[in-house]
Amino acid sequence: MQMAVWVEIDLCNGCKRCVKVCPYGAVEVSDGKAHILEHCTSCGACLEVCKEKAIQTDVEPRAIPDFNDRKGVWVFAEQRGGTLNRVSLELLGKARELAGELGQDVSAFLLGDQVSGLCDTIMAYGADNVYLAEHKNLKEYRTIAYTDVVEKLVNEYKPNILLMGATHIGRDLAPRVSRRVGVGLTADCTELTIDPEEGILLQTRPAFGGNVMATIANRYSRPQMATVRPGVMEALPKTGSKGNVINCNVSLTEKDIGTKILESVREKTKGVSLSDAKVIVAGGRGVGSKEGMKSLFSLAKIMGGEVAGTRIIVEEGWLPADRQVGQTGQTVRPEIYIACGISGAIQHRAGMLGSRYIIAINKDGRAPIFEVADWGIVGDLHEAVPAFSKALKDSKGK
Amino acid sequence: MNIIVLIKQVPDTTDVKLDPKTGSLIREGVESIINPDDRHALEAAISLKKAEGGKVTVISMGPPQTIDALSEAIGMGANEAILLSDNAFAGADTWATSSTLGKSIEKIGKYDLIFCGRQAIDGDTAQIGPQVADYLHVPQVTYVFEIEKIQKKTIIVKKRLEGGYERLQCTLPALLTVIGELNVPQYPAIGRLIDACKEKSPIKIWNAADIGVQASDVGLEGSFTQVIKTFAPKFKRQGEMLEGDAKKVAGTLVEKLKENKLI
Repeated sequence: MQMAVWVEIDLCNGCKRCVKVCPYGAVEVSDGKAHILEHCTSCGACLEVCKEKAIQTDVEPRAIPDFNDRKGVWVFAEQRGGTLNRVSLELLGKARELAGELGQDVSAFLLGDQVSGLCDTIMAYGADNVYLAEHKNLKEYRTIAYTDVVEKLVNEYKPNILLMGATHIGRDLAPRVSRRVGVGLTADCTELTIDPEEGILLQTRPAFGGNVMATIANRYSRPQMATVRPGVMEALPKTGSKGNVINCNVSLTEKDIGTKILESVREKTKGVSLSDAKVIVAGGRGVGSKEGMKSLFSLAKIMGGEVAGTRIIVEEGWLPADRQVGQTGQTVRPEIYIACGISGAIQHRAGMLGSRYIIAINKDGRAPIFEVADWGIVGDLHEAVPAFSKALKDSKGK
Repeated sequence: MNIIVLIKQVPDTTDVKLDPKTGSLIREGVESIINPDDRHALEAAISLKKAEGGKVTVISMGPPQTIDALSEAIGMGANEAILLSDNAFAGADTWATSSTLGKSIEKIGKYDLIFCGRQAIDGDTAQIGPQVADYLHVPQVTYVFEIEKIQKKTIIVKKRLEGGYERLQCTLPALLTVIGELNVPQYPAIGRLIDACKEKSPIKIWNAADIGVQASDVGLEGSFTQVIKTFAPKFKRQGEMLEGDAKKVAGTLVEKLKENKLI
């Protein structure tokens, strides 16, 4: 085994400082001289304490590799059942902006079976190229099948940046790909910019349930990979642009894939999905009971909106799980979000801070929700909500 | 069945705040807990062991205090636990963490299933499960909310997708990441908690040398991503409080919405 750390015997005076400091017991002194043992982890503790500079290493300080051959901002064109996920268009918009700053191309990679018809749309929304991989084993998303194909594409075409939506598929595929091609990955980004000095991607994302924002860079590996929160970036207006479609060879054997889809079930959601709603009336613990939700439903009806809730009220059974907004629920970006009896804990805020206008109603004037509201009402929602409904009805009448 | 569960001890993020002066996290007074999704992973593993027979081994990478989380896991019914703790592991991103966890699992040797929680409430990445699965070259299923059937070489599970779910069959060994919908975790049993703290405790501690990793492959040095800065999120909101009784306030609000052309 190559020793990354060794002792220059002539310089060693047998003082045993290294023996004492080693966390692994990987140095011993025999015949008055220190010897590094096989289970040394190259942590470097002994180097630091040796006064004779007898311990040496060939482990170099971390160099940033030359990545000049890495070109292109890539976007995963996610499709299910032949329909493109909206996040892919949002990412193309962002990719265009990033690529513009780098002077590079935007490419999308599209996997599936008989999906070439989507290429025109992908190019109209900003892709210069589409890498198209079609195969019957790619018809439905399966982790290993998609990872194998993306790995080949990345190794062959060497992109600089690779973005995927932080959807269920994206968050299943991206980490697997990152491990496979040996790169860092940043999850659920809400902001992406190019650092003007280093020319690298700066990836900003929430952590600790949204209490903290972190900006992350990937200096030591390529492509720089990130998953991006849906509904945050903006798609560009559709153009008539065309580009290149590059057909890619795919060879996949069923037995290597490991998973088989037995059944795929679409659950009918009652009403409009929260991500499409222009107005959301949301309830929290302050609503008090399932009965208490009634006035929220009435308000939503008058405003042509949808009802949602915090994790608490879903756990209580006052609303079904698909109505939950928050860190472990959905992220929504309506025009108006009316938070009724919601304290505004960080985990809930994580799901609705992208709303254009936020109205908060809470009995407690110190509730954190008021920090993020455009208009706040300190009062009992069971009075305020019906009063608001009535005022709206009256104003419509005028 | 040999089942492995990966858990993480995390601060209870409801209480985490940033010090406005230094920009770093205030950890005093914040309780450390087993990551919620990991609790569901533990429960799933232990239930499966009770039904099929076998052993549950829990692994966690963290500072020495993580032993509390592992003791709780033993209390819930895990057979043994391994704490991966070493200064060299500090500052790890998910690449370095998954390398450390992956190598440790390789060292354990035989396993049929690995359970993970979907995501940790501090890092919020949901990356460790899939990255460990690829390290070990095993198939994965994420967002598992129901375990339907287990046979010698396969498992059938239900996986959440936007707007519905899929029923999948997966070959074993495999790695599953689970979400809260899967089960209701049991409380630890006092007797088992006491056993966890005894001298012949079923909790082992492994450092970098025990696992057989180099310092340059783990921790900060082994990471590909670096945190450039952390900051408190800023909210640009009007913050206008409306005064008056319910009727007056309602009227004012309608006016505000009209002014902004929202209705």
